[in-house]
Amino acid sequence: MKNRLLITVIAAVLLAGVAIGYTVLSGASPGETANSVPLDSGPRLMVLSNGKLSTVSRNDPGGPREVTEQLCDRVYSAAGTISCLRPVGALKAGELAVLDSDLKELRTVPLTGFPNRTRVSASGRMVAWTLFVDGHSYAANGFSTSTGILDTVTGTLVQSLEEFTVEGMQQRPADSNFWGVTFTADDNRFYATMSTGPHRYLIEGDFAAKHLKPLTGLDNVECPSLSPDGTRIAYKKAVDGDPQKGWRVSVLDLATHKITQLAETRTVDDQPAWIDDRTVAYGIQRDDGLNDVWSVPADGSGEAKVLVPEASSPAPLG
Amino acid sequence: MYLSTLDKPKSANWKGLSGNVFALGTVSLITDVSSEMVAAVLPLYLVIGLQLSPAAYGLIDGVYTGATTVLRLAGGYLADRTNRRKAVAGFGYGISAVAKLGLLAAGSSLTALGFVITADRAGKGLRTAPRDALITLSTPSGDLGRAFGVHRAMDGIGAFAGPLVAMAVLAASAQSFDAVFVVSFCIAVFGVLVLALYVEDRPEPLERKEPIKLALLKDPAVRKIVLAASLLGLVTIGDGFVYLLLQKREGLAFGWFPLLAVGTSLVYLLFAAPLGALADRVGRLKVMLCGYGALTVVYLLLFGPLGGWPLLVLVVLLYGVFYACTDGVLMALAGPALPERLRTTGIALIQSGQALAYLGSSVLFGLTWQFWSPEAATRTAAVAVVLALITTAALLGRRKP
Repeated sequence: MKNRLLITVIAAVLLAGVAIGYTVLSGASPGETANSVPLDSGPRLMVLSNGKLSTVSRNDPGGPREVTEQLCDRVYSAAGTISCLRPVGALKAGELAVLDSDLKELRTVPLTGFPNRTRVSASGRMVAWTLFVDGHSYAANGFSTSTGILDTVTGTLVQSLEEFTVEGMQQRPADSNFWGVTFTADDNRFYATMSTGPHRYLIEGDFAAKHLKPLTGLDNVECPSLSPDGTRIAYKKAVDGDPQKGWRVSVLDLATHKITQLAETRTVDDQPAWIDDRTVAYGIQRDDGLNDVWSVPADGSGEAKVLVPEASSPAPLG
Repeated sequence: MYLSTLDKPKSANWKGLSGNVFALGTVSLITDVSSEMVAAVLPLYLVIGLQLSPAAYGLIDGVYTGATTVLRLAGGYLADRTNRRKAVAGFGYGISAVAKLGLLAAGSSLTALGFVITADRAGKGLRTAPRDALITLSTPSGDLGRAFGVHRAMDGIGAFAGPLVAMAVLAASAQSFDAVFVVSFCIAVFGVLVLALYVEDRPEPLERKEPIKLALLKDPAVRKIVLAASLLGLVTIGDGFVYLLLQKREGLAFGWFPLLAVGTSLVYLLFAAPLGALADRVGRLKVMLCGYGALTVVYLLLFGPLGGWPLLVLVVLLYGVFYACTDGVLMALAGPALPERLRTTGIALIQSGQALAYLGSSVLFGLTWQFWSPEAATRTAAVAVVLALITTAALLGRRKP
């Protein structure tokens, strides 16, 4: 009888120890971490390593990595402005956090949905994001997205591009979805994708006028990304116009409308990022679930190479 | 949620009950904390953590419920054949404990997850009958009502505490589902230990229970009830779906998710007795149909005009009222229609029918959500409930004692 009680107490203490220990360790953060994004040690790339905001040297992208404690589902950065789509927390909904290069929080916007894309304009002023409200994939049926834009200078917040008028349409179609904003250099105009029915248009937007213009004849341009020189758009192009067959990274020349398919032969479901005027980077998920950041020349030549292993969400830093 | 016994005792007075009953009650309490904490986060883990499609989730959810019903019969048979009830029950508790770790090991493989979840449910199915037999054998027949009352009350406390523990673990562990599974495993192991150390086996043979007699279905009154129960089961989508849609609609943080289940059970516990009493006075069928009316409103609200806290509170309230109006009331409605001698069997038959129908409804709803849209799926479900409601009224309405 006495033994029985003793065994019970010992087992209770041991099991409670395991349970509490595991829980606390899951919540704890590992020791060595960086607390800012270095800007002055040569050109760098920002990526997410296992969901944590990190930077690597552009000259040695596979080399040592500065990993911060900042958790993001998706990140982008330009001119010292970081846009971090924070994951849904334990007791907190997800949010957009606009950070400076010391990771100081400048502004947060509460968001409902699953973080999918984000971009910052080259000047660091405009921030855009896309969330999945329904579904997780652009290939599946019945997905729905929500895309917003924040002007960090004036504080103007557009929660959804559905608030904008669409040229040539009396009324915005009920089934329309918007995703993948990319800004031009004037911090007002932008490109994005709009879908309605079977069509996926490239649209040109005017933030001040709250107006969207579908660019006719340019179907199947998804997740556009404007080149630093503003002449070309890298995007994912549905194979045979059918997203269920996957996407190829392609580049569209805005002046000539010539489309170049890049050397990457696998399907890419990402908004490409221009590392410079000649190189496009994107994430690809491996079979084991981890992502690698790949790069490929923007003119269709060469071949795709791993740029940053075990990372996602690439963005070039100064 | 389902009611596992027809006769709920009025009082749960513990004076004079044997230590074995309390030991078994304690085991159930501990085990229910363990299993309900997992049940409360499982929909979130599968659909958001592992990004399973709604159709795949529906399949797993349906199997989860179906497996319990089928294996409960197996557990009873096995325990009676071997007369080693403690061992069979312990085996059941053990399987469920190990299954918690299996969830960690299964990763995102649908096959492995299905296997692990079925094993977990199999454990529950296996242990129920031998456990109830042990309670019966440890109690003089005049005290049986109280013994089961005390046991079910302890069981209920565990079920209520489970989601709250899950919430605490999610908050403390930076929303790690793995931590929930590990904590659940530790609690389950402790439950098995308490069983091994404190529960005495009672090997003497028990009066054999009758097997399910399908012959019962020849009685048209019984057939109508089983048909109505199955039909209503078929139009009831799983709790997980309702909570997932709410979570999505409101962008609810993961940590709050288990509260939806807690809130619903709280409303259920508060209203079950008064609504049951009301049913006895104004008519059981009426109250049950009102419950399904509440369910229709819940489905419509999921994509309705309300939002924010009013939506969450109203849905949880109506959902709890739905359970309170229907769960026990259906059994009370069925009771008089079943011949006294075959009542237990008849109720098992109704529950099996409902569980199978539930499997169907989960799969169908998941498919509709995925290939149509969640709005269309919930509205279709609402229409289906109304149709089933009318059919039930027609089937059971004219029957007067």
